[in-house]
Amino acid sequence: MSLGFAITSLEQGLAFSIMALGVFISFRILDFADLTVDGSLPLGAAVSARMIMAGYDPFYSLAAALLAGAGAGFITGFLNTRLKIAPLLAGILTMTSLYSINLRVMGRPNIPLLGRENIFTKVRDLGISYPWYSLLLLLVIIMVVKLLLDAFLNTQIGFAMRATGDNPQMIRSMGISTNTMKMLGLIISNALVSLSGALVGQYQGFADVNMGVGAIIAGLASVIIGEVIIGTKSMIIATFGVIIGSIVYRFSISIALNLGLAASDLKLLTAILVIFFLSTPRIRKALR
Amino acid sequence: MLEISNLTKIFYKGTPNENTAVKNISLDVKNGDFITIVGSNGAGKSTLLNSIAGVFPVDKGRIILDNKDITKKCEYKCAKNIGRVFQNPLAGTSPEMTIEENLSLAISKTKNLSLRWGLSKSKRKIMREHLEKIDLGLEKRLTTKVKLLSGGQRQALTLLMATVANPDLLLLDEHTAALDPATAIKIKNLTAELVNDNNITTLMITHNMEDAIKLGNRLIMMDGGEIIYDIKAEEKGKLTIEKLMKMFEVKHGGKFTNDRMLLSV
Repeated sequence: MSLGFAITSLEQGLAFSIMALGVFISFRILDFADLTVDGSLPLGAAVSARMIMAGYDPFYSLAAALLAGAGAGFITGFLNTRLKIAPLLAGILTMTSLYSINLRVMGRPNIPLLGRENIFTKVRDLGISYPWYSLLLLLVIIMVVKLLLDAFLNTQIGFAMRATGDNPQMIRSMGISTNTMKMLGLIISNALVSLSGALVGQYQGFADVNMGVGAIIAGLASVIIGEVIIGTKSMIIATFGVIIGSIVYRFSISIALNLGLAASDLKLLTAILVIFFLSTPRIRKALR
Repeated sequence: MLEISNLTKIFYKGTPNENTAVKNISLDVKNGDFITIVGSNGAGKSTLLNSIAGVFPVDKGRIILDNKDITKKCEYKCAKNIGRVFQNPLAGTSPEMTIEENLSLAISKTKNLSLRWGLSKSKRKIMREHLEKIDLGLEKRLTTKVKLLSGGQRQALTLLMATVANPDLLLLDEHTAALDPATAIKIKNLTAELVNDNNITTLMITHNMEDAIKLGNRLIMMDGGEIIYDIKAEEKGKLTIEKLMKMFEVKHGGKFTNDRMLLSV
């Protein structure tokens, strides 16, 4: 693998790691299999691309993506906690609606951003050379997101959210509404996924309505790889693991491509990877 | 303190399986009362406690706690002023979180949640003091995940969490039934200690007749969704297991059918 290839994998891993952190919140902290992700990732890219086309500052478009994702999370939360639709279906409903919404936001299935000013070119224009400008910017953004998330998970509300996924009965007897906690968690989760979508869109230079297909599986793969390699001793370690997991995942994809695998086979490969990791504990138990 | 009037709860209403679990119960609980509740399976003991805790809506009647009507309040809203411990020792704690994180939620239970740190020096100090009292050495293991504790340790922690915020009412639903005998005795002693020290009004369901007689200042026997005996202070002091069984048979018109209760005599 050439150096350029490694740098691209690293940067992709970092850009997608925020999505993986979002998946970590819904799947691991809330124990809520939220498929909204497949829609909120392109939503972020769509909002961001549309705003850049309209001449807004690309950094502002990140904030807008964050808010749009929060809205998507709110809808899924509302469907589940108020209308009592099962978690999986609530996510699928929002995801499906988002397909139409994303097309509306973009006005067409694909917006190319090549040649436009984006957050990376802005940092490059400060006089930082390749590849440091994009790497540095991504690292700073991820550090900020991770630190904020770690801090949040150690506040009183953060404790309550973690306990909600772990033992809802206990959190109710502590006088806390599990519905409110789920809602809040889904909002934060999808806001992060959308932010990640905006970063990825600007990084790869286009937003595409289909870029979310299989995003949830990629996110889950990152979370699981992180758990296997880094562990879950504390929240700070677990979120670090998710970021590392995302990077390792993108490297594995690059290597698979380098070995001559067709890009269209990657989704299958990822699904098999996730099945493998999810089933290892059981297989190990059975072999004992 | 707690006034229950004409409480009725019907499960599967309007179906062939309709079951009136609690029939028109009225109960006046005084501040500081420690009431033990006995009765065979299906007598409505747990339904009574769950109705008070707001787990499900009731069909008739009113529940007043501390002069506030809580009849229609849902579970988590009631929980602010009510502590609960369940039979399952795993039910009351969050296994993936540490002892201090679990306790933190319990200590700030009556306050509104905020973005303040969940843990602080002062909070840890309070935790250590409380944990020292229950004498299991947990004060030295604040950062241990709760899933690593034994059932007895977890139930002790749950009991502490249920009482640490000084609730108006403590509801115990056979909270020692799933523990081994030695641990059960420890938890019972701890219950008596915590309830007496903090003067918490308590309702405790038990299948153990001896405990029902020994613990608390008042004993209620339920059968078929109704309270068939309400035995208070002095009278309760003269009770024996044999007497209690006879009393049940008189009203029930048959032998006590609960094996567990007989075995635990």
